[in-house]
Amino acid sequence: MSRDCGAKHRTEDGRRVGSLGAVVAPDGGAGGNMIRVKTWLDSWPVYRQLTGSDPFGRGKAARSKATEATVSRTATADRVLKSVCPFCAVGCAQNVYVKDEKIVQIEGDPDSPINRGRLCPKGSASKQLVTSPTRVTTVKYRRPYGTEWEDLDLDTAMEMIADRVLEARRKGWQEEDGGKRVNRTMGIASLGGATLDNEENYLMKKLYSALGAIQIENQARI
Amino acid sequence: MPGLGASFGRGGATNFLEDLSNSDCIVIEGSNMAECHPVGFQWVSEAKARGAKIVHIDPRFTRTSAIADLHVPLRMGTDIAFLGGLIKYVLDNDLYFKDYVVAYTNASALVNEEFADTEDLDGLFSGFDAENRMYDDSSWQYDPEEPNHSGAEQPAEAAEQERTDDHPDVKKTDRAQAAGSGGPTIPAKPRRDETLQHPRSVFQILKRHYARYTPEMVSEVCGIEPEVFLQVAKWVTDNSNRDRTTAWVYSVGWTQHSVGAQYIRTCSILQTLLGNIGRPGGGIMALRGHASIQGSTDIPTLYNLLPGYLPMPHAMQHATLDEYVADAAGKAGFWGNKRAYMTSLLKAWWGDAATAENDFAFDYLPKINGDHSSYRTIADMIEGKVSGYFLVGENPSVGHPNGRMNRFGLANLDWMVVRDLQMIESATFWKEGPEHETGELAPETIGTEVFFMPAATHVEKEGTFTQTQRVLQWRHKAVEPPNDARSDLWFYYHLGRMLRERLADSTDPRDRPLLDLTWDYPVHGETQDPDAEAVLREINGVGPDGRALNSYMQMKDDGSTSGGCWIYTGVYADEVNQAARRVPAKQMGLAGSEWGWAWPLNRRMLYNRASADPAGKPWSERKKYVWWDEDAGEWTGSDVPDFEKNKRPDYVPPDGAKAQDALAGTDPFVMQGDGKAWLFAPAGVVDGPLPTHYEPVESVVENALYPIQANPTVERIPGPWNRENPSRSEVFPFQVTTYRLTEHHTAGGMSRTLPYLSELQPEFFVEVSPELARLRGLSNGEYATLVSARTAIEAKVLVTERMRPIRLRGGQVVHQIGMPYHWSYAGISTGDSANDLLGIALDPNTHIQEDKVSTADIIPGRRPRGPAMLDLVEDYRRRAGVQSGRVGVNGRDPVEADAGEGSNL
Ligand code: SF4
Ligand code: SF4
Repeated sequence: MSRDCGAKHRTEDGRRVGSLGAVVAPDGGAGGNMIRVKTWLDSWPVYRQLTGSDPFGRGKAARSKATEATVSRTATADRVLKSVCPFCAVGCAQNVYVKDEKIVQIEGDPDSPINRGRLCPKGSASKQLVTSPTRVTTVKYRRPYGTEWEDLDLDTAMEMIADRVLEARRKGWQEEDGGKRVNRTMGIASLGGATLDNEENYLMKKLYSALGAIQIENQARI
Repeated sequence: MPGLGASFGRGGATNFLEDLSNSDCIVIEGSNMAECHPVGFQWVSEAKARGAKIVHIDPRFTRTSAIADLHVPLRMGTDIAFLGGLIKYVLDNDLYFKDYVVAYTNASALVNEEFADTEDLDGLFSGFDAENRMYDDSSWQYDPEEPNHSGAEQPAEAAEQERTDDHPDVKKTDRAQAAGSGGPTIPAKPRRDETLQHPRSVFQILKRHYARYTPEMVSEVCGIEPEVFLQVAKWVTDNSNRDRTTAWVYSVGWTQHSVGAQYIRTCSILQTLLGNIGRPGGGIMALRGHASIQGSTDIPTLYNLLPGYLPMPHAMQHATLDEYVADAAGKAGFWGNKRAYMTSLLKAWWGDAATAENDFAFDYLPKINGDHSSYRTIADMIEGKVSGYFLVGENPSVGHPNGRMNRFGLANLDWMVVRDLQMIESATFWKEGPEHETGELAPETIGTEVFFMPAATHVEKEGTFTQTQRVLQWRHKAVEPPNDARSDLWFYYHLGRMLRERLADSTDPRDRPLLDLTWDYPVHGETQDPDAEAVLREINGVGPDGRALNSYMQMKDDGSTSGGCWIYTGVYADEVNQAARRVPAKQMGLAGSEWGWAWPLNRRMLYNRASADPAGKPWSERKKYVWWDEDAGEWTGSDVPDFEKNKRPDYVPPDGAKAQDALAGTDPFVMQGDGKAWLFAPAGVVDGPLPTHYEPVESVVENALYPIQANPTVERIPGPWNRENPSRSEVFPFQVTTYRLTEHHTAGGMSRTLPYLSELQPEFFVEVSPELARLRGLSNGEYATLVSARTAIEAKVLVTERMRPIRLRGGQVVHQIGMPYHWSYAGISTGDSANDLLGIALDPNTHIQEDKVSTADIIPGRRPRGPAMLDLVEDYRRRAGVQSGRVGVNGRDPVEADAGEGSNL
C-alpha cells in the first residue's frame, strides 16, 4: 500500500518519486559544501529529528530544501476526476489529475471508505495504462494468411466488421435444433474481460441477443 | 457463484471488506489476500490490531501467512476434508448456534425417503446416471409439507419442466449459476422437525455424512497435524456465538477446482451452523479478481444468463413466457416475481414492439440447449464450427489454461476482433508463439483475419464497475482516448447502429429482434460517444410515469414498467446516478451507505435480518446491526435492512400467500423458496446436495475417504490438444498450483506492458522446496523445465521453504510446486506461460476449470527448442500411457500415434 511504505519509485524519465507522487530532486537535496555549519546541521535530518517537534522523522524533520522547492503534480493540475482502479475487485477509488488534457497523476482517494486513500503497486501504476510506451492506439489489420500487420482506418474497419458479422450470422443460423425452435446463430462467439463496465456488458448482451448470438462469455467464467 | 447462491440465495459476498474489522476471528482459505487484494487486506490488519485471531489455510506460505497467527499448510485440493472435519467437530461438540440453526436454516427440514448418501453408496449419492455421468436430483428433494403452505399450485408448464429438468441437455446448461440472485427453485416447502432428531432431518443427514471426517482423517488427507486442526477448530468455535463472529475469506483458490462450488458450499454449511451469516464481522467474503467481475455476472456476458441472473431461455423448456416463468409462478420468496423482472427486461430491450399480444417479444430471444461455454466453444473453433470471435479485453492465449488449445482455436476462425490497449498474445498468435517454434503453426497456414481495435483506458471513458462486495462506483471521464482508441460502449453502440442500418429494409423475420431493438442513446462529442448514464438509467428501469424506478418491488408483469437488470434497480433512484455518490468515509458509518450504490437496494450486508434473533432483537449488544423497532413498526439499524421494512418478526404467511408474502417474519434468506439458509441443497448444485471430498482430477494421492477418486461428474473436453495426466502416475509425480503476484494482473496485458510493474517482477519463476530441489537437482536462479501431457515450459527456479513437502501417514511424500501465471512472450517482461502446462477439466456446476491443482514433472535445464520439444512431451505421454497429442496443421486432425501401454484416455 503506497501510503504505508516509504519506498520510492522511478518515473519514466528516471526521476525518483515518493509514494505520494512528489518528485524528488536527483541530488537528494544534500546541498553544497560551502554552507555554514548551522545550516549544514539543519540539513541533517537526524539533527532536526532530535531537536525539533518531530522525533520520529515522519513530518517536518524529514523535509529538505528540495522537498520545499518541489511542487507536486497534484497541486498544479487543472482538474481532478473521481475514478476507480481497473485491476482487482477491491475497487479502490482514485483521484485522477489532469493538466493540459493529459493525465499527470493518479492517486488513491482518501475519502473512500474502502481504500481510505491507499493503492497497491498496480493501482499506483495505473497511469501507465494510459502512457505505456507500447500502447497501440491505431487500428491494425492482418489479412488471411498475411505475415505482417497493416494499417486501416477506423471507419473502414467498422464497415468490414459489420459485413463479417452479418455473414457469420447467416452462415451459422439455426432455426431449429433437435426439433425445437432455437432461432440463433452459432457463427459468432465473444469473450469479454471483467474490466468491462456494466454499461458495456449490458449493450453487448443486448446486441448479441438481438443478433441471435449465444456463445457469449466472460472472464467471470474463468 | 452457485456455491453461495444455492446456500443463501444470492451469489455475492455476504459482507463488505470494511466489516472484516468487526471480526473476532478471520480465516483466509483459498486466497492470498495480502498479495492479491492488498488494499482490502488493511481491514484484516485492522481486525488483528483489535485482537482478532487470523488463520491462513493455504499450501503456500505467503505474506498473508506472515501476518496470520497461524498458517495451516494443507495439501492442495483437500479443503473439503478440512472444512468437513470442522463441521463434524462443531456437531459432535454441540458448538453450533442452536437458536440460529433452528430458526434460520433448513436443519429441521425432512428429506425424501429415497435419498441415499455417499456413506451408503461408496462415494456416490442416489440418482447417479453412470452413462451420462450426471445426477438426477429428484431423490434429494424435501419431503413436502401438506397442505402446501407455499401456495405453489403447480401449473402444467412447471410439471412439464420437472419432466425435462433431468434431461442431459438441460443439465449441461449450468442452471446452477442462475442462483446468483434467487436461490434454486424448489417444488414446495418441507416438513420440519424442530427437535432436529428425525433421522431424515437435514441435521441428522449432515451428521452421518461427515461422521468419518475425524481430526485423524483430516490429518491424513490434508497432511497436517491433528493439533493444528484442533487449534483452528478451537479459535473458530470460541469466536462464533451471540457475542462473537468469525469471517471466512476465499478467492479463486477455491473456485478453480473440479469441486469448486462444493468448496464454497462446505464453508457455507460451516458458517451457517456457527450462526455467522448476516451478522457483523461474520459472513463469507468472496474476493473476486477483476475490477468488475461481479458486475460481469450481474449483467452477464455469459451464455446461460440474462441480466439479474434470469436464465437464458432453454429450447427444451421455454418456448413461451409462461413456460419460462412457470418454475417460479406461485413460489415463495422474491423469485416469485420472476415474471415482472423478465417482462421489464423485455420492455427495456424491445420497447413498444414488446406487447402482451406477442408475449412481450419473448420469442425474440435466442435459445440455448447445451453447454455453450467458453472452453466448449474453443473446441468448436478447432473443428471449424465458429466463424467470428470477439475478444474484448481478454487474453485467452495466456489467461486460459491450455494456451496451446486456445491458440489452435484462434487459428481456425474466419475472423477475429481484438479490442485491447496492447498487442496481446491473443492478437499475435498468427505470427508468434510456442507453436510457431515447434512448427505446428505458421502465418502461411492461418486464414484468420484479425482486426485489432484499440480500446480506451478506465480514465478515458465513463461508466460503473461493480467491485467484490457488490458496490457500483461511477468513474468520470478524465480525458479523451487518443487516435482510434474508443470505449467498448462506443464500439458496440456504433456496430449495432450500422447493422441496423444495413438491415433497415429487411423483411426477414429473423431480423426483427435487431430492428425492433431500443437503440437510440444520446451521443456526445466529436467521436459520437454514447451516453453511459443513459444506459445506466435503462438498466435501472422506468415506471409508467416515465420516471426512474426506485426499487424492483415496483416492477410489474403487465408491460407498464421496464428495466434492464432488476437487481440494479435503484442505482438511478430519484433520477440520480447513485453510483456516483462520494460522501467521504468520515461522514458515514462503517457500512458506507452513501459511497456508490450496492445491489440489492443499497444493502451492504446481505441477510442482515439474521443479525437479530427471531423476535427481532439483536443477538447481543456487541453484535448489534439490524433490528426490529416495535414503536416505529419497522426494521432499523446501521444498514439498509435486507428484509421488507415493515414485515413484523411474528408475521406468519396465510395459506395461499405468494412470493415475498409467503415468507415469514423469521425467514432472513428472502431469495430462497423457503426463506432459509441451506445446509443441505435439495436443488441447485449438480454434483451433490452435500460436499464430499474427492481428489483433484490430477492427483498423486489416492482418495482416503471413498473408493471414488475424483468428482464423478467432472466435465471433460477430450482431444489431442487436451490430454489429461493420469492420477497417481510416476511420470507426473508432483502437484502444481498457479497463483498471482501483487505486481502483475492475470494474463499480463495490463501489467507486463507497464514499465513500473515489469521492473518490479521482471521474469517468470517457479517456487520449489529445498527437498524437491535436492530430489531433482534444481538450483536456485537456474532454469528448470516442467512437463505435462499438454506441453513443456521453462522457468527460473526459486528454492524456498515457503513451499513444503507433505508427508502423509503411509509415508508418501507429496511435493508441491508453485507457479505465477502472468507471463508469456509479449510485453516488457516476458517468459513462458504457466497456463500452457495445464489441462482443462471443469467443475460441472460452473464450467470453471481446475487451475489450482494439477500434476507435472520438473527437470533441471531449459526446454528443447523446435520439434524436439514435441518429441519430449510425446515421450512423456507414451510413458504415462496417455494417447498421442500430436496434431496436424493448425491443430486440426489428430495425428494418431501409438497409444502407450495401458492407455485409458
Ligand atoms: S509499491 Fe507500494 S508497497 Fe511496494 S514498495 Fe512501492 S510504496 Fe511500498
Ligand atoms: S489499487 Fe490494488 S488493491 Fe486496489 S483495486 Fe487496484 S489492484 Fe486492487
